Parts: sequence; structure tokens; C-alpha cells
Amino acid sequence: MSPYFLNAQGLTKRYPAPRGGQPLTVFENVSFGLSKSEFVCVIGHSGCGKSTILNILAGLDDATEGVVLMEGQELSGPSLERGVVFQNYSLLPWISALKNITFAVRSRWPDWSREQVLAHSRKYIDLVGLGGGAEARRPAQLSGGMRQRVSIARAFAIEPKLLLLDEPFGALDALTRGMIQEELVRIWEQTSQTVFMITHDVDEAILLSDRILLMTNGPKAHIAESVAVNLPRPRDRSEIIHHPDYYPIRNYIVEFLVRRSKELTRQSANQESAPQPGTGLRYPREVDPLNTPASPRAEPDPGPKASAAVTAGTLRKPSH
Amino acid sequence: MLGLNVRAALLSLALLAVLLLLWEGLNRPPEVEAALTEYELLMGGAAPQARVPTPSEVGALAVQELSDPFYDKGPNDKGIGLQMLYSLKRVMTGYLLAALIAIPVGFLVGMSPLMHKALDPFIQVLKPISPLAWMPLALFILKDSEVSAVFVIFICSIWPMLINTAFGVGSVKQDYLNVARTHELGRLRTAVLVVLPAAAPTILTGMRISIGIAWLVIVAAEMLVGGTGIGYYVWNEWNNLDLTAVVFSILMIGLVGMALDALLGTATTLVQYKE
Repeated sequence: MSPYFLNAQGLTKRYPAPRGGQPLTVFENVSFGLSKSEFVCVIGHSGCGKSTILNILAGLDDATEGVVLMEGQELSGPSLERGVVFQNYSLLPWISALKNITFAVRSRWPDWSREQVLAHSRKYIDLVGLGGGAEARRPAQLSGGMRQRVSIARAFAIEPKLLLLDEPFGALDALTRGMIQEELVRIWEQTSQTVFMITHDVDEAILLSDRILLMTNGPKAHIAESVAVNLPRPRDRSEIIHHPDYYPIRNYIVEFLVRRSKELTRQSANQESAPQPGTGLRYPREVDPLNTPASPRAEPDPGPKASAAVTAGTLRKPSH
Repeated sequence: MLGLNVRAALLSLALLAVLLLLWEGLNRPPEVEAALTEYELLMGGAAPQARVPTPSEVGALAVQELSDPFYDKGPNDKGIGLQMLYSLKRVMTGYLLAALIAIPVGFLVGMSPLMHKALDPFIQVLKPISPLAWMPLALFILKDSEVSAVFVIFICSIWPMLINTAFGVGSVKQDYLNVARTHELGRLRTAVLVVLPAAAPTILTGMRISIGIAWLVIVAAEMLVGGTGIGYYVWNEWNNLDLTAVVFSILMIGLVGMALDALLGTATTLVQYKE
């Protein structure tokens, strides 16, 4: 039995060849695990198949190869055990914000009475700080930030075992994004959900997650590294940046995205063979040897959370 | 400066006044110099040929007809309101029967690519047939002119509803369907809670087109089958050489058609949603 709550093994997505062409392998042999109550972010460039991985976890898409096990059971199809927050909110526009939530709550607990459904939905409306009349409006009458709050409330309200967030703040302005990020952390700390989130934003990933998975560029993308973010919680956006580990982690990830995500893709293309299972979790075993040849490094932790610290010494000088 | 609506209303009224004056002025009966003989009076005045009735004549008839719209003095003399009700009853029967079939079949066609491909040739062939072309066949098979008229309404209003329902159902955004899937809705609940409200504006648009076509066709159908209804009324008055009544009933057909369209238009705004 794996120590992980959720285990993705050897996921591959391949689209059949157009006539006379090569089949397109978006990602290959992607394996990772999520522990119970862990907040994990995935970062990678566009086209590496992040969203497809999330859709596979949600049951909306199928992997060409590989399986996903949740609590030892293989996933097949969508389920109320897995809540999804879509990038474009995907609220039903013909009913009010509140009804969008009662709709979800009723499908989760069909036996509940009207009052029960309403009370439960209101609790989550309040949790995301809507209420006060906004919940009676239709989504089109709400701002982007408010819509995303409704969408988050809807996903949390069904109390899924796993919460999947697909770039939930991608379409929001920076100020709104910051506010909702903080709300998300607050709710997550209260509910201790297991969260799998996709993002493009390095700061967002560091603020929110316990662990960040870094993906190489597509095609034939894979998860190259897993970076533990062991900054103390609760985290505050204005304080976290003064933590001595903040910029080392940030610089490490940015450097990966700018430079090594390409190189690693090229390497695996040259190797001809598919990346070996296990290459998914390299950090900190193989932190870029060219850059930091002789620095002391913590041993990898075999436990579910790779808790090995990213310390300032293992990386380039922080640039603040 | 007056509001746009007020200015538009003023302009409409001005146009109407000009139109009525021209119509009235161009169709005046010639001046009579000498007293009319009894023969001339019987023949409709001194006019050398028949004229289109003037607005004042039509208005006078309208006042008279609308003051007692529901009288019934035998098969050839019924009030305009009564005739309208006969027509509306036929239109509504045929139209509702068509909706009863078109909307479920449209769902099927919209949701299943197999049904779409299989039924499309039938729809494409049957759709362009003029509804009145069915009349002889309907009369032969149904052996009842009343039922045949309803059938003609049914067959002409089914296509826009069917096609619009199929289109609306087929183009429901994948996002909404994903919401249904992640919430484990069954097929029926997905259809009722997600697909139907998402496609409702398109379906209602189809129903609005259909009611317009049905109202166009009923007049022609009733001219053929006879007996009662506004189409029969128009034809009957033509045979009676009462052009004033013909013009009056033309206007009434327009007004009722406008009311039907406004009704469906209101229904459409009720199910409309903004994304």
C-alpha cells in the first residue's frame, strides 16, 4: 500500500498521428503522489499538459497509458469525491450564485431537506465572503473575483476528498487574485482538504503549496522535480517574502522554468528512451550539479512529503 | 430634446397619417352632380368601376364589427372575434402537438450524433415542402377537413422547433456539461437541469419562428377547407364582394399575428441568460 492518498502512475497522453505524421505525445510517464491534506501545485509552461493531467484526475479526460489510484482505488470517470474549480468558473449562468451552490450540495446529498441544503450552502457562501445580497444575483451580474469565489465555494461545499484547481486565478487582476489566494489558504487551513492546483504564477505557488511539481516543456513533458516548500504556516503574503528561504525557492523555480525546463526536454528527447519512473521526484537529489557543485544538501525524505528543505546554501544567492 | 422612443412614435404616427390620407384621397368616390337613380344606388353609386374601400369606410366597419365581435348568425355570418377564435384554436392545437414531438426529438438529435446523422436526411427532405402540399394527402387519409387543417399547422410548425432544439441542445457549452459530469448528474437530470435551461433561448426562438409560420399558413389552409376561421372569413367576404371586410380582416390578421409574436418574445426573454 502506497503511503500516498492519491497516486498517479505512468500517466501518458498521446494523440493519434495525423495522416502521414508522428503521433503527438503531450506528456509521458508522469508519476506523482499526493498525501492527505497536502496542497500541491504544478508549474510548467503552456502545452506541457498540466490541464490534461488535472482533467484526468477529475475524470473528464482519459490517459492513454497509466492509472490514478485514490485510496487504493483506480479512478474512472468524474465523481463528487473530486471537486473541480475551473479556470473560467463554469458557473451555470441561468441560476443565482446561491443556487449554483445548492445545486452542487443537493447532488452530493440528495436525501437532505431543503433547509439542510440551504444552511450548508450559506455556510460556504459566508466562508468565501460573499453573502449580503450578492448570492442572489446571477453570475453575469458578479465581478470576475466574485464569480471565482462562488466557484470555490461550490467546490468546497461538496466536501470532496480531493480538490482540483485549474489555474483558478488566471483570469483575475493582481489585487483580486491576492485577496482570493488568502481566502483560499484560510479555507484550506480550516478544512484540511487535499488540493492539487495548476498555476503559472511562481509566487502564488510558493504562498499556497506544501510542494511544487515542476514540469518540463512539451511535447513529451514529464515531472522533473518536486520542490518542498517548508515555509511556516499560516503564511502571509507581505511577510512570507522576508523569510530567508523564500527567494532561494523562488529563484530555483524561476531558473527551472526559464532554462532547465527546456534542457530537460531536450535531454529526454536525445535519450530516445522514455524517462525512468522515479525521475519525477529528483529534487533535492540532483539539484543542478553545474551550479552548486559542493554544497551540503539534505537527504531525501522517503516519507510522503519530501520535507527536505531548500536552503539558501544549496542554491544561487538570493537576489533581494 | 425628446427621447428616442417618443420621436420614433411621432414619426410612426406621421407616416400613418400620410399613408391614410393618400389612401383616402386616391380612392374617393366621384362627386355626384345629379341625384342617383334607383339603379345607380343598387350598383354602388355613380362609380364607373369598383374602388378599394377607403380608410374611413374600413374604420366604420371596424367599429361596427368590434362592438359585437362574437355574434353568430349562422354559417356565413359570424363575428370577427369568433372567427379568430376558430383559427387560434386550430393553430394552437397543431402547434402544441408539434412542440410535443419536435422538442423531445430535437433533444435526441442534438444529444446523439448517431440520431443526428440518421434523421438529418428526412428532416432535410421534409422541411422545404410547402405545408399546403400536404393538404390533399391529409384530406384523403384523415377524411376530415378540420383535422386536416390542424395537421397542416402541425407539419409547418414542427421544423423550426425541431431544428432549433437540436441546434441548441447540440451546442450547449462543454463547460456546463463538465459541471454536470463532475456533479455526477444522471442523463435525465443533466437534460433537465443543465441542457434544457442552457438551450432554452434557442428552443424558444424556434417556437417563435414556428408560431409565425403557423399563423401565415392557417389563413391559406382555411381558405381551402372552409367552414370557419379567419381565412374562410376573408375568402367568404371576397365572394360577397365586400372588400371593406376583406381589408378589415387583413388588418386583424396582422394584429393577432403581432400579439402571438410578442407573447413568444416575452417568453424568450424569461429564459434568456447572460454568460
